[in-house]
Amino acid sequence: MNSNTPSSSAGGPGSADLATPRRNSKRPKYSRFTQQELPACKPILTPKWVISTFLLVSVVFIPIGVVSLLASRDVVEIVNQYETECIPEESRNDKVGFIQSSQDKNCSRTLRVPKDMKQPIYVYYQLDNFYQNHRRYVKSRSDQQLRNPGSEHSTDACEPEEKTNSGIIVPCGLIAWSLFNDTYAFSRNNQQLAINKRGISWKSDRDHKFGKRVYPKNFQNGTLIGGGRLNTSKPLSEQEDLIVWMRTAALPTFRKLYGKIEMDLQTGDVIDVSLQNNYNTYSFNGKKKLVLSTTSWLGGKNDFIGIAYLTVGGLCFFLAVVFTLIYLIMPRQLGDPSYLSWNRNPGGHLAS
Amino acid sequence: MASDSQIEINENSYKIPDFTRNSSSQRSISSIQSIQSKTSVREVGFSSELGSKPIKYGSRGADSRGLSTSYKEINDEDARLVYVNDPVRTNDKFELAGNSIRTAKYSILTFLPRNLFEQFHRVAYIYFLVIAILNQLPQLAVFGREASILPLAFVLFVTAVKDAYEDYRRHRSDKIENNRLAWVLSNEKFEQKKWKNICVGEIIKVSGNETLPCDMVLLSTSDATGVAYVQTTNLDGESNLKTRYAKQETQMRNPQEEKISGLIKCEKPNRNIYGFQANMDIDGKRISLGPSNIILRGCELKNTDWAIGVAVYAGKETKAMLNNSGAPSKRSRLESRMNREIIYLSIFLVTLCTIVCICHGVWLRRHNDELDLMQFYRKKDYSEPEVENYEYYGWGMEIFFVFLMALNINEDLGQIKYVFSDKTGTLTENKMEFQCASIGGVDYDNGKASTEDDRIGHSIQADGMVLKPKMTVKLDSELLNLSKRKHTDDGRHVRDFFMALAACNTIVPLTVETSDPAVKLIEYQGESPDEQALVYAAATYGFMLIERTSGHIVIDIQGERQRFNVLGLHEFDSERKRMSVILGCPDNTVKLFVKGADTSMFSVIDKSSNSNMVKATEAHLNSYSSKGLRTLVIGMRELSASEFEQWQSSYESASTAVMGRAGLLRKVANNIENHLNSLGASGIEDKLQQGVPEAIESLRMAGIKVWVLTGDKQETAISIGYSSKLLTSKMTQIVINNNSKDSCKKSLEDALLLCKKLTTVSDATRGGPGAGIGQLALIIDGTSLVYILDTELEEQLFELASRCTVVLCCRVAPLQKAGIVALIKHRTDDMTLAIGDGANDVSMIQKADVGIGISGQEGRQAVMASDFAMGQFRFLVPLLLVHGHWNYQRMSYMILYNFYRNAVFVLVLFWYVLFTSFTLTTAITDWSSVLYSVIYTSLPTIVVGVLDKDLSRATLLKYPQLYGAGQRSESYNGKLFWVMILDTLWQSVVAFFVPFLAYWESDVDGSSLGDLWTIAVVVMVNIHLAMDVIRWYWITHAAIWGSIIATFICVMIIDAVPILPGYWAFFHIADTKLFWVCLLGITVGALVPHFAVKFVQYYRPNNIQIAREAEKFGNSRESPDAQIEMNPIFDPPHRSGG
Repeated sequence: MNSNTPSSSAGGPGSADLATPRRNSKRPKYSRFTQQELPACKPILTPKWVISTFLLVSVVFIPIGVVSLLASRDVVEIVNQYETECIPEESRNDKVGFIQSSQDKNCSRTLRVPKDMKQPIYVYYQLDNFYQNHRRYVKSRSDQQLRNPGSEHSTDACEPEEKTNSGIIVPCGLIAWSLFNDTYAFSRNNQQLAINKRGISWKSDRDHKFGKRVYPKNFQNGTLIGGGRLNTSKPLSEQEDLIVWMRTAALPTFRKLYGKIEMDLQTGDVIDVSLQNNYNTYSFNGKKKLVLSTTSWLGGKNDFIGIAYLTVGGLCFFLAVVFTLIYLIMPRQLGDPSYLSWNRNPGGHLAS
Repeated sequence: MASDSQIEINENSYKIPDFTRNSSSQRSISSIQSIQSKTSVREVGFSSELGSKPIKYGSRGADSRGLSTSYKEINDEDARLVYVNDPVRTNDKFELAGNSIRTAKYSILTFLPRNLFEQFHRVAYIYFLVIAILNQLPQLAVFGREASILPLAFVLFVTAVKDAYEDYRRHRSDKIENNRLAWVLSNEKFEQKKWKNICVGEIIKVSGNETLPCDMVLLSTSDATGVAYVQTTNLDGESNLKTRYAKQETQMRNPQEEKISGLIKCEKPNRNIYGFQANMDIDGKRISLGPSNIILRGCELKNTDWAIGVAVYAGKETKAMLNNSGAPSKRSRLESRMNREIIYLSIFLVTLCTIVCICHGVWLRRHNDELDLMQFYRKKDYSEPEVENYEYYGWGMEIFFVFLMALNINEDLGQIKYVFSDKTGTLTENKMEFQCASIGGVDYDNGKASTEDDRIGHSIQADGMVLKPKMTVKLDSELLNLSKRKHTDDGRHVRDFFMALAACNTIVPLTVETSDPAVKLIEYQGESPDEQALVYAAATYGFMLIERTSGHIVIDIQGERQRFNVLGLHEFDSERKRMSVILGCPDNTVKLFVKGADTSMFSVIDKSSNSNMVKATEAHLNSYSSKGLRTLVIGMRELSASEFEQWQSSYESASTAVMGRAGLLRKVANNIENHLNSLGASGIEDKLQQGVPEAIESLRMAGIKVWVLTGDKQETAISIGYSSKLLTSKMTQIVINNNSKDSCKKSLEDALLLCKKLTTVSDATRGGPGAGIGQLALIIDGTSLVYILDTELEEQLFELASRCTVVLCCRVAPLQKAGIVALIKHRTDDMTLAIGDGANDVSMIQKADVGIGISGQEGRQAVMASDFAMGQFRFLVPLLLVHGHWNYQRMSYMILYNFYRNAVFVLVLFWYVLFTSFTLTTAITDWSSVLYSVIYTSLPTIVVGVLDKDLSRATLLKYPQLYGAGQRSESYNGKLFWVMILDTLWQSVVAFFVPFLAYWESDVDGSSLGDLWTIAVVVMVNIHLAMDVIRWYWITHAAIWGSIIATFICVMIIDAVPILPGYWAFFHIADTKLFWVCLLGITVGALVPHFAVKFVQYYRPNNIQIAREAEKFGNSRESPDAQIEMNPIFDPPHRSGG
């Protein structure tokens, strides 16, 4: 009697209600994106990967470092610091007074070529301790005015060099006002070395940034003279010294291109420089240097990149070796569940 | 304490409202009050604590004095006077709230200020506001005024729109609610009136199945005895019917014909839904009113045609509204930590700025006399405010907050340490099911015989109608056959058993229409789900309870309707642990049916007559309870006439006694309940939800402590504990069950001692086979908690509880639930989670760090209050273990990464400042600075933050212990933060100084070098992220590499604008080989340490890493682990997380 049907697995009357599926109305529409089930690749940085990466880095970096270092060593550079020597002995107590006076500022320097220099040889002037990146300074310019003869009056940013009594200054601002105005002339064996001053600025600046029909006006007319004057008959796009100067330098020690000597110089050549020491760096103890330099594929003479690459490459090689040793001496099996903390310390998780 | 005692009543399985006789309303009230007076000792303890320490558990700190004033004489100043049917006079003297409600937060006027005020609670917002304001000052403007304010404005705007929309919806629902109609007495007849216009003092008539518009005192009901049934689902989540009574004095009067006037003096509005105290002066008599005389707003009137009452609390002063405080906004742990770190970072930035500022000041002083002539300075109109330094640094971080702010407490899910769970409806389905019975010493486990045919169950025809019970149980055909044999001994036994099931209860049958007009369902409503199950079982076997009125019940016994007079009823109380009913049968015999807990029943059962049967029953009971069933023993006795009369007179006198009525009644009951014949025992299953034991096991393995807080009896709680695997037989149970503070203190101390002893023992045997023995389970009941919470004993309880693996709290009131959560929350930093489904869990849900509502049978209250809602308890496992883990991992990484990403950029700017005579020049163009956070680096952050997963769902479910990473804050902690800071410093130094040194003494211009720095930082930061990505989707690739490409494109575009100073700079510098050499050098050089750390990690692997490897390299080496086997992982419910 009682034995008819043993199929009691249905689970009782209550379970009928239970088994009704959960209300599905709010289930969001399925998509692999929303459910985060997109196919994915899961790389794991195993020691082999780490070691090979370090090896690869060292293999790439060390050669680059060597090449860079060699390139830097190939560059021939003549640096001549002249800001003190070009002041007459008697005026050295009052350099600022001298530089502001109208005395003759001529000064001659002699350079000796240490190594063959292939053309083009770049002539730079280098200023130290000159903050062309000073906040007040970099803002004091009007790019509209430089570009467009119609925007002559947009001088809002040019404080404190926006206008003189006779009118708006073109180009306005501290940057233009402080234009560097030392001049250099080179001769070798009493023979003039031509300096090509064309094309020392960026072509993009000449073409688009400095107007072809913008001419200097009221420039350097104020009571305080900051630096060089401009030829009022030449449009700004041809005032290459100004264009170079107005590309403000990033760092307080910087070089600016003065010109190019398109002639090879031989070892031992003696070059006479006749320079006009006009620019006032004495008020802030700035240094002035004349630099003649060739270039390499990496730019000027600077060992830093080479050394840095060698260091990083070497370090990576060292790490690779150390890691390899560690790996060989005590390898760890990847994904071994027995390393899981609760397997290492049975019951540990319960006590925590 | 009021709520305490009332809970007892509600959840008490055997409480019988006393309405055996028509004149009994007075008595029933007093019986309730007698229970209250019994518990009033507790009340004093709890209330005084509340008074001294106004702690707000979840709700607006509503008048908790109300809890304590319940049973004292109401002072005049504390009272509210309601003139019945005289709203004008009632409202004249007192400023009483109208009945319109307002759940909306804002009005049109207050929206803007309030919403902004709330939003600016985030430190980051204030920070950005300050930055933006500084940026508006012309001297300080670092970059475009709009650019600085836009991102913040955008975030504020979006949040405001969202809030506004939500509030609009609240306004709308308020409007609907306020405009509902109710019948209100005016000018001697009931007229319809909008809810919002109802005033205190008015008389309101409510029809069956209507929702009550305000809190009112019952005056009369359609039932002659003044009974009304209400369903309080909206209020406390319990779906059963509660009985409320109109006072006899008012019951007889019809307010339409006869003007009622009186004065109700009641307590001030409070949020205790289980307490009410008032006096009513009517016709010169003073009647006291209690919680059973008031019906509350939000309840529904059921099973009663109409009810008339007088409004005493309206609108926002109703108990429902007072309990309905808005959910307090929760802040995720990481967010608050982030707030802290934003402050740190601000300090860091201000420090940087101050350094720069001082340096600049020194520089200016030293060069003071030169300034006039200095070409790059020209002092002429020197007025430069040094403050300008201050504001540069912040904005780099701006945009990423926009992204971060949107995320809320999801990541907290990864750090939960405590789970507080409700039992009924959360762990169990809140459906009791009659499982098996032992009748006359024979075990009828109806599991073994059941077919679909049998399950149709019993139905009866009457008046052309078919009546069926709504639910049926599995039938045991043998038992069914036996029950039909009227004349055998066994048959009689069985019939008596089912009679007892059908009669000995307080269930109210309701008929429900079905789609088939000829068929009606009978639904049994009652306060105890156990009784419901028993009555359904009886109905299935043909003993169908059809009707219950106060004086009689009608039972259909296998097609034959019989009417029984209910002569007497001894309700359940916790001392006797049984209830009994005395029935006058149609054959003029008087029978006593008793049912109760086995412990109490066996002492009153006459064992001498049939000792074998009793023994067999006992054995069956043991086997039932070991299966986790709730057991009841049933007995009966025929009363002789003399016995009955003796009983009647003593009952009569006891129930009219003024003093100690409860004790006297108990004594009467004890006298009659003896020498019973055992009929048998029943086993009821409180069905666990699907997957609960597995879920609990997983949570336990994840190191999460599961506390169960239930209003159930201790025995029930423990049996559920066993069946849900919360408790195991290996555990040592500590039971704290005391009635006074001193005994609580003592048992706590004892328990602590025991606990310490056991831990030392288990320490000694750690690793050995006995490791599990040290586990402790604490079982504590609500009464003891009253003495412990909010006193100095709390500390001890906390200490004890934190040593226990499992804590079971039984018989706790809703407020105590919150109190227990607060106990943990205030003493530890651990994250807490509360999960529950009823309105009684709301306070706990709001109190915990993370609240989860189960949308179950008990209404939506819990879901509304919760942070997350889900369907079943078991979904908690994937929510915490999978989604919580993922979110935690992602968010912690993202926070670290975002600080790193912005700090690198800011530091690069900072290093440059050191070389611009400490003025705030940036080589990097303003545009790039803005775009850095917007375009250059934001997208990968978002994509990785959303998509990256450290481990697959399957792995996380397989090793719940992995969850420990979040609990231990492995992915975001002070150490990692500082390591990250060091890494950031190193990387910024590399990124800045490599170009700096490489271009030293060169003719490079600022813009070109700035472009190099921009690109270097972007590439570095993105590759750094790429190294940490765990899962590469195509989107990840697109985002990371795409961002780098986008950066190049943007830089080119910026440098193609002729009026910017940096015109064409990028094209010039990119034309040189040095640029590319620098870029490569920076990227590799900066990331070498980060990469080397990966190798170190390989040798000091954490669990996550091993699991990842295991996932990738297959599970061939997997050793079968006992713990894992013990924990069968159910098929992860796909896409079911919330």
